[in-house]
Parts: sequence; structure tokens; C-alpha cells
Amino acid sequence: MEKRVTFRGWWLPLLLIAPQVIISAVFFFYPAGQAIWQSLFIPDPFGLSAQFVGFGNFEYLLGDKYYRTSFLTTAIFSILVTLCSMVPALFLAVIADRLIKGSGVYRTMLIWPYAVAPAVAGVLWLFMFNTRVGVVSWYLGQLGYDWNHVLNGGEAMGLVVVASAWGRISYNFLFFFAALQSVPRSVIEAAAIDGAHFWRRFFTIVLPMLSPTAFFLLVVNVVYAFFETFGVIHTITSGGPQQSTTILVYKVFADGFVGQDLGSSSAQSVILLIVVGVLTVIQFKYVEKRVHY
Amino acid sequence: MKKYLLGAIAATTALSPIAAMAQTEVQFWHAFTGRLGELVAAQVEEFNASQSDYVVVQSHKGNYSETLNAGIAAFRAQEQPHILMVFEVGTATMMAAGGAIRPVYEVMGESGASFDPDAYIGAVKGYYTTTDGDMLSLPFNSSTPVLWVNRDAMSAAGVDPDTDMSTWEQVGEVLDALKAGGEDCPLVTAWQSWIHLENFSAYHNVPFASQDNGFAGLDTELMLNGPGQVAHLTAMGEWAKDGKFIYTGRRNEGGANFRAGECALFTESSAGYAGISSEAKFDFEVRPLPYWKAVADEPQNTIIGGASLWVMSGHDAEEYKGVGEFMSFLSTSDVQAAWHQNTGYLPITIEAGEATRAAGFYDENPGTDIAVIQMTANQPTANSKGLRLGSFDQIRGIIDEELEAIWAGDKSAQEAMDSAKERGDALLRRFEQANR
Repeated sequence: MEKRVTFRGWWLPLLLIAPQVIISAVFFFYPAGQAIWQSLFIPDPFGLSAQFVGFGNFEYLLGDKYYRTSFLTTAIFSILVTLCSMVPALFLAVIADRLIKGSGVYRTMLIWPYAVAPAVAGVLWLFMFNTRVGVVSWYLGQLGYDWNHVLNGGEAMGLVVVASAWGRISYNFLFFFAALQSVPRSVIEAAAIDGAHFWRRFFTIVLPMLSPTAFFLLVVNVVYAFFETFGVIHTITSGGPQQSTTILVYKVFADGFVGQDLGSSSAQSVILLIVVGVLTVIQFKYVEKRVHY
Repeated sequence: MKKYLLGAIAATTALSPIAAMAQTEVQFWHAFTGRLGELVAAQVEEFNASQSDYVVVQSHKGNYSETLNAGIAAFRAQEQPHILMVFEVGTATMMAAGGAIRPVYEVMGESGASFDPDAYIGAVKGYYTTTDGDMLSLPFNSSTPVLWVNRDAMSAAGVDPDTDMSTWEQVGEVLDALKAGGEDCPLVTAWQSWIHLENFSAYHNVPFASQDNGFAGLDTELMLNGPGQVAHLTAMGEWAKDGKFIYTGRRNEGGANFRAGECALFTESSAGYAGISSEAKFDFEVRPLPYWKAVADEPQNTIIGGASLWVMSGHDAEEYKGVGEFMSFLSTSDVQAAWHQNTGYLPITIEAGEATRAAGFYDENPGTDIAVIQMTANQPTANSKGLRLGSFDQIRGIIDEELEAIWAGDKSAQEAMDSAKERGDALLRRFEQANR
């Protein structure tokens, strides 16, 4: 039998949810509605006139092979960023969890990179890999490897992935670390007595118990890779060379604020909204089934 | 208590220049920081001190793109400044926005301030005038590409630094000799699209786009895949493959290499003078931009890069009078000569150039007049007046991508430029549709 608190009348409950509703309406529904409305027009930059084109902007976009390629670029980028930020974070969390002494120091230091804004992280990594003065590219040169992310698309992708994932490792580390602390010691000890070594215990007991956290992080990191990595890409590659790092959200910016093509830009944000919506539904429908709470 | 409060208000009002009595305020948004920002602030202060009717308030709004976006956003919110600085590639965007701007010739005519359109250098004002000769925006900072030479690096590689490098044919031979002499970075460039395509086309009197490079109408198409451009880019691609041309990035990244003495030749804006003269610890020289003898017998003229000042609509007549006075002040010979000498940007009036020469500036700073000569050598043709293409900032991005494909050896020059034309034309059609 469920316990429910019931309100008498409508006013109090409405008042209580009002702040959240107002914030969502002003900062989410209104702009999203505007984007959907604008995606049906080709306006001039100054807002002096606009022509209704129906789904013309979408037709134009989907007919553009560079836009379609951008989906693939985004998929590769998001998968790499998610992997590169979650796997090391889990590894570090497991190691830090085993520490007896000084774990507080390690924990604090591992969280630091999260405080660095993406654009600043971008500049940091750019300096290290700068083809002229970069420390890392200089050492690579000493080893006989000619690093040039300015012309090599693969290297450019690698660099933006690492720069985007780096600060994110801290965030993921925090969640994994907290989740590890809540794994019951008794279960692990029982397994140890049965003769299971550390990695066996990890894969058969700890990892399944971490699955709700891992699932949450998967969703959050994919959304991060889709939207918040803009600063990194803008500072390091500006989408180049030859569009090899132009992810969908960067193209929204480029068309809207470099090209002043607000119709196309709005249509792209609508497409992006749909893509992320579908992805989240898929994640909840299929991946969540494998999660044990 | 009330008395004190009133006193305080009166005191702050008197101190604040904005609310100074009976003065009309003119907002001026620009994109300059650092040394250039200081020089702009000084110009504004001088104007404010020179008369008591108007006060110009200058504000920095970010880089060129950000300033344009700030202006557009402000116009949409009906809080636009009177004067907005817009870079040359934004010219078509501003021109097409008939309801958002007021042409400079009109504002000047109504304000009664002194204004002589013939006083401005043709190649500079040409970029910002209609085909009927009406000036739409006031040229502010203009520069043009030249060839910078590191004489020490030439000597070190066993090449005579006085070798004639008027043509790309000759430069090709010099690059061979530099490479053979052990130079790791024979040639580097800044702003590749601006120098090696836009200026290349004007300099060789071949069209960059149809409809007089977009001056004659919005139904323009790119023509940058012509034989002249392709020949140049093919040669550059070969040089890139052989390590004779080093690609460093889309903007002016190459400047750092050149100023550090790592490169022998550098194609860059004449406005690079301030940075190079203060940082370079080697003997450097400015030469005219080379041309291909095989494409043109004689070079035409190069075109400008930089920004101009646009007057935005929606203000009072009295305020526009202030705008007129300020623009008239900016165009005076003294202001222009000082700006030209301090920054390396071109003077916008013929008189300012002559005053600079008379003051002996060119003799003391050899090479600073190369850009002026290069721009004014010939009367501009339809191919060398400038470019007026919509979405051009983004089209430059496309050109950059395609050029990168040539430098990386992924595409031939012809393939890359055909692709740039196709992609750029799609954006031009969008722009045409948005501004119909």
C-alpha cells in the first residue's frame, strides 16, 4: 500500500511547483519554441524581414553532405569523449578506493581539473601541442614523430577528445568514488574468503553494483560531449582541418554567429534537440534494462 | 539627509562625462584592444576635447566577428550604437541591411560637416562605395598584403638577400635555393584566403566572383576556380609538399614564426609592421607582393583588408550631426597621418599620405610606403575594386578548409577550388534568399 500525501484544493500545490515551472518556461520552453518557430523561416540578420520556407531549412541541411558527415563526426567524438572520460575515472576511483593513507589528498587533486573551464582547458592543451612551441609536440619531434594537428584531421580529433575528456575525468571520478564507498564490504569479504582475487571481485561484484552510477554518467557524458565541448573545439581547431572536428553544435555556432544564417542555425538546434531526445530514450529503454539497482 | 543626497547626485552628474549638460552623445563600438585600442581612445578624446557640442563614447565589443554580432543583437533589441565598426568581409551583410544602416554620404550631407568623397584614396574607399560612387561606410583601418623578407635568413642559406623577387617565378627559384641551403621554413603565410586568393585575383586582374565580385548584384557566383588561381595554388601545393612552404594555420599564426626569425619569407598584411619592427631581432625588409608573369604581364592593384565605420539607423537628427562631425574629424589629414604612422595601416586620404611623405617618415622607415604604392599604382578595375559577398566570413572558412586539403595533399588545387565554389555558392544563394 503506497503512502500518499494529498493536498486539499489546488492553490498550494500549484504555488509550490510554480518556481520550477516558471524557470523551465522562461529558460527552456520559450527559447526552444522560438527555435522551432524560427527554423521555419529564412530571416535576414537584423530581423528586418523573414520569409516563410516551411521545412526548407531542413531540406537544405539534410541535402548538404557536409552536414550529414557532421553527424558521423559527432558520433565518433561523443563515443571517444565518453570512453576517455569514464574508463580512466573508474580506474582512478578503484585505485583511490584501495588507498588507506592520504586518500584525501589524492581525491582533492584528482578533482581539480573539473574547476577548469572548457575553453581554458582548450588553450592549455593547445599550448602543449602547439606545432611551434608545444612541449609535447617537441618531445614527439625528438622521438621522430612529426605532430601537426593543423593539417592532420586524426591528430586534431585526438587532441580535442583528450582536451574535452580531461576535465570530465574528475567529475566522473567523484561519482564512481562515492559509488564504490557504498558497495557493502561484507559481500566483497565473503568473495575474498571464497578465493576470488581482486579483479575477479571487481568484475563480478563491484562493477554490477556500480551500474546505476555508470548509466547515469553515460547519459550525462553523452550530453556533455554533444553540447558543452564547444569551447574546446572553438579554441583548439575551430572545426578544422577540413571539417574533421566540426561537430553538430559547432556548426550551429558557425552558421548562426559566423554566417548570420539564423534560419539554418535554428533548424540545426531543432535537429540536435531531436537527436539528443532520441538518444536519451534509447539509453533509458535498452541500456537501463541491464542496470541493477 | 535629502539635501546631501541631492548634492551627491549633482556632484556625480557633474563628474560623469555622459550626462554633461547639453552635449549630444554618440556611441561608437569598435573591435580594438591593446595598442590599437589606446590609439582609438586617444582619437576619441582628442575629438571630445576639440569641441563642446558632442561627446563620443567608445566601447570595445570583442573581436571583429563579436563586434558585428554585438551590433546586430543590439539592433534587434533597439539599442544599437550610432557608429559600428565592421570588418571588410561583413560589408555585404551591412549593405544588404538597408533598414538598419544609414549611408555615410547621406549622413555627411545632412550633417553639414565638411566631406569631400574625392579626398579618399580610390582603392581604399572603392571597397565601401556603391557602383554609383556613393560612400556607404567610412574606411577606418585598411591594410594590404606585402612580402616580408628576413635578410639574415637569406644570407645564412647562401642566397643573396637582394635577389629580385617581384614574380612568383623568381620566388620559386629562391625557395629552391633556400631549401638547398638548409632553411627549414623558406615561406610562411598569414590569412591564406585573403592573400593567396582574394588579393591574388585582384592583383592579376582576374575575377574572384561574378557580377563584378558581387558589387553588381546578389546573384553572384564564385569564380575562384579559374586557371590563374589554380596555377598559383598548384605551385603552392608543390612547395608545401617539398617543405618549402610551411602551413601554420588559418589566421596569422605564421607571424610568430617569422618574428622569431625562423622563416625566410612571409606573406602578411602591411599592418604587420608594428609587430615585426618591435620584435624582429634580424634585418628585415618589405617587398611588394609577387605576381605570376605567366598569368599577368603587369600586376594590377591589391585590395584592402580591415574595417570601416557604419552608421546605424534609428537615432535623432542632432545625433547624426555629431556622427558627421566625428567622421569629418577622423578624415582630417593630421589624424590620418598619425594613425598611418603609428599603426602601419594605410592612410585613407591622399593628403595624409603626402603629409607623411613630406614629414620624411618613409625615408626613416623604409618599406612602409610599399603598401600605399602597391594599392594606388593603377586605377582599380571591376576585378580589383574589392569583394562584396554575403556570408563571406563563413565562405572564407570553407576556402580555408579546401586550401588545407591542398596543403595536406588530399586534393588537387582544381578539385579543391571546384569544391570551394560549389559550397560557397550554396551560401551565396542562402544569402540572396535572406535578403531578397
